[in-house]
Amino acid sequence: MFDSSALLRQRFAALRSTAEFFSLRHVRQSSQSLSVRRDVAEPPFLHEDQGAMLTVRIKGIEAYAATADLSQSGLQQALERAEALARQVSGLALLDLSEQAVASERHDYCSPNLDQPLPPLAECLALLAAESASVPRDSRLVNWQASLSISTVEQVYLNSAGAQLRHAQRFLFPGFSATASDGRDSQSRSLGRENFGQQGGLEVIERCGLVGSGARVADQALQLLLAPNTPTGPRDLLLMPDQMMLQIHESIGHPLEMDRILGDERNYAGTSFVKASDFGELQYGSRLLNVTFDPSIGEELASYSHDDDGTPASKQFLIRDGLLLRPLGGALSQYRSGLDGVANSRACGWNRAPIDRMANLNIEPGDQSLDQLVGGIEHGILMRTNRSWSIDDARNKFQFGCEWGQLIENGELKDVVKNPNYRGISARFWSNLSAVGDRSTFQVLGTPNCGKGEPNQVVRVGHASPACVFSQIDVFGGDA
Amino acid sequence: MAATPLQRFQTLVDNLRAALGPDEHFTLSYSAEHSQFIRFNHGRVRQAGDVSQASALLRLVKDGRQAEMQFTLGDQAQVDRDRLDQALVHLRETLPLLAADPYLKLDEQPWQSHSLLEAPLPDPGEVLAEVERGAATLDLVGIYAAGPVCRGFASSFGAFGWHQANSFNFDWSLFHASGQAVKANYAGQSWSGEAFAARLQQAREQLDYLGRPLRVLSPGQYRAFLAPAALEEITALLCWGGFSAQSLATGDSPLQRLYSGDAQLSPLLNIDEQVSGSLSPAFSDEGSPRSDLRLVSEGRALERLVSARSAAEFALEANGADSYESPCALSLGGGDLGGSDVLARLDTGLYISNLWYLNYSDLPAARMTGLTRFATFWVEDGRIQAPVSTMRFDDSLYSLLGSQLEALTRERELILSTSTYGQRQTGSSHLPGALVRGLTLTL
Repeated sequence: MFDSSALLRQRFAALRSTAEFFSLRHVRQSSQSLSVRRDVAEPPFLHEDQGAMLTVRIKGIEAYAATADLSQSGLQQALERAEALARQVSGLALLDLSEQAVASERHDYCSPNLDQPLPPLAECLALLAAESASVPRDSRLVNWQASLSISTVEQVYLNSAGAQLRHAQRFLFPGFSATASDGRDSQSRSLGRENFGQQGGLEVIERCGLVGSGARVADQALQLLLAPNTPTGPRDLLLMPDQMMLQIHESIGHPLEMDRILGDERNYAGTSFVKASDFGELQYGSRLLNVTFDPSIGEELASYSHDDDGTPASKQFLIRDGLLLRPLGGALSQYRSGLDGVANSRACGWNRAPIDRMANLNIEPGDQSLDQLVGGIEHGILMRTNRSWSIDDARNKFQFGCEWGQLIENGELKDVVKNPNYRGISARFWSNLSAVGDRSTFQVLGTPNCGKGEPNQVVRVGHASPACVFSQIDVFGGDA
Repeated sequence: MAATPLQRFQTLVDNLRAALGPDEHFTLSYSAEHSQFIRFNHGRVRQAGDVSQASALLRLVKDGRQAEMQFTLGDQAQVDRDRLDQALVHLRETLPLLAADPYLKLDEQPWQSHSLLEAPLPDPGEVLAEVERGAATLDLVGIYAAGPVCRGFASSFGAFGWHQANSFNFDWSLFHASGQAVKANYAGQSWSGEAFAARLQQAREQLDYLGRPLRVLSPGQYRAFLAPAALEEITALLCWGGFSAQSLATGDSPLQRLYSGDAQLSPLLNIDEQVSGSLSPAFSDEGSPRSDLRLVSEGRALERLVSARSAAEFALEANGADSYESPCALSLGGGDLGGSDVLARLDTGLYISNLWYLNYSDLPAARMTGLTRFATFWVEDGRIQAPVSTMRFDDSLYSLLGSQLEALTRERELILSTSTYGQRQTGSSHLPGALVRGLTLTL
């Protein structure tokens, strides 16, 4: 672990710069993606990547240069390119960061069970092949796939103020999916994949429930193929955690990103219906809504000790009892806005600069069991597992779709329905939160694919949530 | 003198050939760029950076088994050599652990391809000065990305392809104090200060309309004109699996009913994968020469994109598609509607400059939803009346570009990809605008 750390320190110490502040962030990533599709192993994909970003501040103007040349001269040249760029843009720079504080801490952070060895590639493939083979032979099952991706990331951050922050993390993404088709309609059901990932070791595969899932997931795809469409009209909506994570992500997470509110993302990811003046004032949802930025749940995807600018991370309530309290804004956004934020300045790798990102964004559990949630609904629908998402650039008008729907009548779960969709407006939707599941319904989930930023970046994001009920939501099905 | 990217790639290939064992085969893809990224907000520089990166993707094949490894190159010959050797070791350890791959199919043709476009790019200082001159009083937000992009491919069968182009892509929006915005783009391989100023001025003129009071629409069906950038959002969604042989065979394509003959699009619609003349490399990531393909002819499905793997799995003929079977240079044929006649022909309805965040409400039915974004106007009697608040649509492709498609514009726009996920992308699309009798707005 941190094999290159001593050499990097040595090379960093030897760098020569005219900048009043400079930093180096070295990232090394190794990953392995395995998949068995329709009982045939796809070619394993292995990936090794490393490089460094050098950032300088000259007369309050920051610029960066990223390089994969980690030699002394390579790093020095990158530093000088960043210096030249900082000088070049100085006349038109938006920000003067002369007074912004910089990190100076020294700390190491590791994922849980990082030292636990994982099974060799052949065993992983055997596990996936067994799951694939468990799918029953049925001509309507046209596709199925078992997959496992494992990534390890080591990051070393050094700066001229003396900071040394090292992260070593391991991420696992197990998954299974099956598609059933009758030639005209097709329906898919999945486990994990884009909706589940955690830090850790073998226990992540167990928590995902991959082993033994193949036949069940395939059966559910067949059930969906035979199911009627979701009926149209207002209903109480019970969202399970693997849809709640998407709901949180799109209609709480993105609108609370401070760089969007400050306008940086207006050309690409968009802006926000939330204004800087709303913090401490806006009733975002019902009093049952409690939302936290929580980097302390070890297995959650974006748990860390410090963000990529070196700001120490701690659990913070963004929304308490429905009241909006603070944004997802890292040190720079806090400096620009004057608002208290969180440690969420993150980059996807060595070749992209940190910006405000979601990290672990969670809903705190309430006090009702799943039976109580269902029992409290007279005319409703349960939805699970996101499959479609669309929301406007201010993160307000949304439409989401799920794989699995089940009607609820008079407090009881009834028939399965296909193509469950719902739509709403963020600014009103959370006011309709009428019940929150207890810890028995709470799941730690996350996605590897959150895109944002110019230039574009994809980062891993954690979401933990209980099941939740929203009253009188506009639901509908598909055409088929 | 430092080695050029082509020399570096050639050295890598030479080293690989020398290290290859008996009965081993390889394909090697190479990707490199040296990019300057300058982000703007409020007409000033929010963030500026310089990124130099290169990577190789090595596929090793032996005894019917294959595995792939991508590795970053270090900009030093010895580092690159070491990483290539490490990758070879890793892959040689991996292959014996695998079963023979029944869908392994290699292109064994020793094809050659070479494209080098080295028009000089402007100094960033020049670009900044022009932004300052043209947009000093404007709320401009966006990104300028520029620099050389390289793609290479080689195989143990003697294939060798090289694609290198200097290019720039300035993608920006101008915001009115009302919060409404107009989007614009200036991209290509040869920067002209005059052309940039003209684009900026064009966007600036549209800003005037955005100051008018906002028109709030109710859900319902409206006549609409989709400008090429709006249509591009629809075609981009379709490109994810729509024309893919694997997706079509496994129930995961939104166009499965089109390809099965159960549904058809408007006879006005002709869609091609038009690689020749585009900015994309002439070879696929799998190492096959790409082909020009007619995907949709007069509203009916024709060719599909078939990778080598799909060809083996589904008993089809490979046609130079990338491994993910997505078009890289989609071209939709123009119609007979003159650009200057668009507003008159629309008469009363919506002029939609851009759409945003499309996804499926029902994938097999090709029913999609998304939102208006940037300069969308309410038009009456052929005249722009007011900007329109953000609206959601939810409609089937077979309606939008089928029964409800009234006309396509004669003029088309070449839209270059602004995507920079992982690296600057080279994809493009060439599209007309579309006049639609009825677009269903739901929220």
